[in-house]
Amino acid sequence: MRMHRRTLLALAVFTGLTAPSMALAADDTIKIGLLATFEGPFTVLGEDGERGAMTAVAEMNGTVAGKKIEIVKGSSDASPDSAVRAARKLVEQDGVKVLVGPLSGDEGIAVKDYAKTQPNVTFINGTSAAQDTTLRDPAENFFRFSTDGAQWMAGLGTYAFNDKGYKKVATVAEDYSFPYTQVFGFMAEFCKAGGHVPSKSWVPIGNKDFSSVIAAIPEDVDAIYVALGGADAVNFLTQYQQGGGSAPLIGGSITVDQTVLTSKGKLKDVLKGTPSAGPTADTNDAPAWKAFVEAYKKQPGAFPSPSLFAHGYYVDMKATLLGLDQVGGDVSDGGKKLRDALSKLSFDTPTGKVSLDKNRNAIADIFLTEVTEGADGNLMNKLVKVVPQVNQTLGIPEDEFMKLGAVNRDNPSCP
Amino acid sequence: MSLLDQPSSSSLSGGGTTRGQAWGLVGLLAAAVMAWLVFAVWPDWLNAILISKKAFVSAILNGITLAGLYFLVASGFTLIFGLMRNVNLAHGSLYLLGAYIGYEVTNRTGYWLLGVAAGFAVLAIVGVVMQVFVFRRLEGDDLRQTLVSIGISIVAADLMLAVWAGGTYQITTPEWLDGALTLPIITAVRSNGVSVFLTYPLYRVVVLAAAIVIGVGLWLMLHKTRVGMMIRAGVDDRAMLQASGVNVHAVFAIVFAVGAGLAGFAGVVGGSALSVAPGEDVRYLLASLVVVIVGGMGSITGAAIGALLIGLAEQIGLVYFPTYGIVLTFVIMVVTLAVRPQGIMGKAR
Repeated sequence: MRMHRRTLLALAVFTGLTAPSMALAADDTIKIGLLATFEGPFTVLGEDGERGAMTAVAEMNGTVAGKKIEIVKGSSDASPDSAVRAARKLVEQDGVKVLVGPLSGDEGIAVKDYAKTQPNVTFINGTSAAQDTTLRDPAENFFRFSTDGAQWMAGLGTYAFNDKGYKKVATVAEDYSFPYTQVFGFMAEFCKAGGHVPSKSWVPIGNKDFSSVIAAIPEDVDAIYVALGGADAVNFLTQYQQGGGSAPLIGGSITVDQTVLTSKGKLKDVLKGTPSAGPTADTNDAPAWKAFVEAYKKQPGAFPSPSLFAHGYYVDMKATLLGLDQVGGDVSDGGKKLRDALSKLSFDTPTGKVSLDKNRNAIADIFLTEVTEGADGNLMNKLVKVVPQVNQTLGIPEDEFMKLGAVNRDNPSCP
Repeated sequence: MSLLDQPSSSSLSGGGTTRGQAWGLVGLLAAAVMAWLVFAVWPDWLNAILISKKAFVSAILNGITLAGLYFLVASGFTLIFGLMRNVNLAHGSLYLLGAYIGYEVTNRTGYWLLGVAAGFAVLAIVGVVMQVFVFRRLEGDDLRQTLVSIGISIVAADLMLAVWAGGTYQITTPEWLDGALTLPIITAVRSNGVSVFLTYPLYRVVVLAAAIVIGVGLWLMLHKTRVGMMIRAGVDDRAMLQASGVNVHAVFAIVFAVGAGLAGFAGVVGGSALSVAPGEDVRYLLASLVVVIVGGMGSITGAAIGALLIGLAEQIGLVYFPTYGIVLTFVIMVVTLAVRPQGIMGKAR
């Protein structure tokens, strides 16, 4: 009898604990899943992505269409299976109907495939920037308001060839879909301008010791194009400096990002003057950008200037909230209205106008930059040029662009 | 080992050479080929196959220096296992904690050597504390010890993430360790007849030298001192050592201190060569597990051989087939387990 009463009591307490939260979720709050890399080699990147997303939430004072925004976080370690696991947990256990994320390339492709099995959930990208997340075999309910890695490279190949005078460039990049996309974006222009890429090194994510890779780079190249992220970039650059490397560098978008520029060590000398391109520029003078930087800096642990990840998550979260606002926060119809609103959405971000193409991939401005040392000793990306409204096919007609083939280790090639 | 060395009476090829001589000949030939590969100026066809001489020789040198680092971590791991039958799966956490402590001390005092010393000393103390307060309570219960060490590693990883966050730290090496050495190895000859010599980071040479000195020191300690004698006796038969009046708990504490201290030392040295970030703990734990499985549990010489094999395999794999490089490491492990399950220098039990 006593056992029985105890069990009953436990049950009562349990119901008491869970019931109110269930009731709340149904009424005046709206749950949004936030998926980013809070562990593994891209931890710093994920943390800044969260700051960006929370900046967008703070801008709306934490409410949308009169409902309180509840952010449920999911963590991955940059591997596709961990991203799908985290997305499943958010959708199937926490019951989110709207999910913002993931952060990195292969994760994006995996989550897009998962999205197809959950047609009633709306997925909005974080910063994952592999081309095929939206270009080939896209999912109806996956939206990307941040651009892809090839778009981020707009203008860089031509700039390296014409203005910098590099004719022969070797590439070093991580071995997964996002760096393939970045190298593709760079080479599309660079090869067209007449440049050559005699050697491409693909290294596994999380590799620590790059010195053998550095030694294998041909000695007669004019520059080295580096598309590595987070800890990988820091390791490569440090070892390049230690090994007495002398060829100038060209940076992939996340290689000269704030997440790398602010790391502690002797990177400054190697990085100064490195040209790059991406969706943001630290010295952008536009008032909208400056306002965004101020808002971003209110987040705990913020960098001197928002990273590409803070920017990407901000833009995608902002789009999500604008979409939810238009439909009055109503996703009871399986999110159909929300997806219609999102497809038609066009809005002004801190980096200019963003709209979607038919594959639900963003068309936006891209910034050509060069690393400089600021007055306070922090490294930052100086704005060189804005390339307006770059679309996913980089201005090439779509059928012609599709003929270039899917990005991979060997495509494109111009040795 | 013993099998290979025994001169066999049956002739191998009918030419009257013993098996030992045949192996010696193969060894000499391999050494000659290696020496030629390193010192000769390569013909074009060889450059075409192996990318370039610079890439090849650098991969070999990097493999050897990486082996030095792996050896430092794995030697503590193998000592602890050999003596206490305790698979300490928190060994990687000791490495990472040592690296963070080295970073803090170097950053605050400005002296790198002080950071290295602090990494060793603090972790030696942590090791003793772990042995006395955790593992001694579970003595003789191998499975529980192992499970507890997994628990410790998970808690430690999260605590370190809380204190040092997820960023990448670089321990600043002093000026006198910066720069590159020019080695007397010609990598190429320019069209104007000038030879290009191979340059190699000085710091990595220092890491290798430190590993060799510590390896020799450990060997001397194990074979020439009284404590070493007790440790070796304990590895062979712990009960008998205890019965002969030796305070085994004191011996255990010393071994744990040395093992954990070496992991901390390796953390600072490795964190200066590469970088310090969350996740390193698992990486080095895995590396030392593979090294110890290949080399043989409980043997310092085995740890050195295992580290050399794994370090070289990793670097050569990275240069010549990066995508599948990691497989090479595990192929070595699988082959060892299949052919010689106790490890190259391990004793059959």
